[in-house]
Amino acid sequence: MDTKKMAIIATKGTLDWAYPPFILASTAAALGYETQIFFTFYGLQLVRKDLSVLKVSPLGNPGMPMKMPFGPKWFKSMNWNIPNAIQSLVPGYESVATALMKQTIANNGVATIPDLRSLCQEAEVKFIACQMTVELFGFEHSDFIDGLEYGGAATFFEFAGETDICLFI
Amino acid sequence: MNFDKELDARGLNCPLPILRAKKALAEVGSGQVLKILSTDPGSVKDFAAFAKQTGNELLSTAEAGGEFTFFMKKK
Repeated sequence: MDTKKMAIIATKGTLDWAYPPFILASTAAALGYETQIFFTFYGLQLVRKDLSVLKVSPLGNPGMPMKMPFGPKWFKSMNWNIPNAIQSLVPGYESVATALMKQTIANNGVATIPDLRSLCQEAEVKFIACQMTVELFGFEHSDFIDGLEYGGAATFFEFAGETDICLFI
Repeated sequence: MNFDKELDARGLNCPLPILRAKKALAEVGSGQVLKILSTDPGSVKDFAAFAKQTGNELLSTAEAGGEFTFFMKKK
């Protein structure tokens, strides 16, 4: 049987949206898929050496439950519905929301993004960064982890054209 | 049931139980049995799907007090 293949285009650069590409790619690799992720636009943040740039914002994100990761059960289940206007005025609001989210992630036994990314690399998931957006955003190759390849749309199609699963995230 | 290796994936959430199991299976020989403990309710369907797709045989699945025990035989 031919090896199955999966390609993902990762376009989001926030902590929450870092999960789907790395979860799917690591799982695909565990299932024996040859897997490749193409990081473009904000998705480039996911292959930075420093992953502390990843944040989550409840601002303008009505789908995000705002719950506390500590305290008694009744307190944890409360939803803190804070109006956008207030969120945007409070300095450091995003950093606090990110810290709370990271605590919730740890409480639930969910892997961290650095862990999931390493697991992908160990499983030989191929990472390709979009050279055009690297230049567009003024990044240097030294901003990114080792083992990345740099390419463009044609590079993506070379592999994607032969895949069984192809996702845009 | 007899087993050759045990994996404690309790407290871990998707996709970690599967990733750890994949790693543990690499450390046993063909025909040997891996016992897996998990607390992730999603892992029941996931281990069945993992077995189906990788050809490793899921010998049994059991639940007791919110804890799941799987026995998987390596292909």
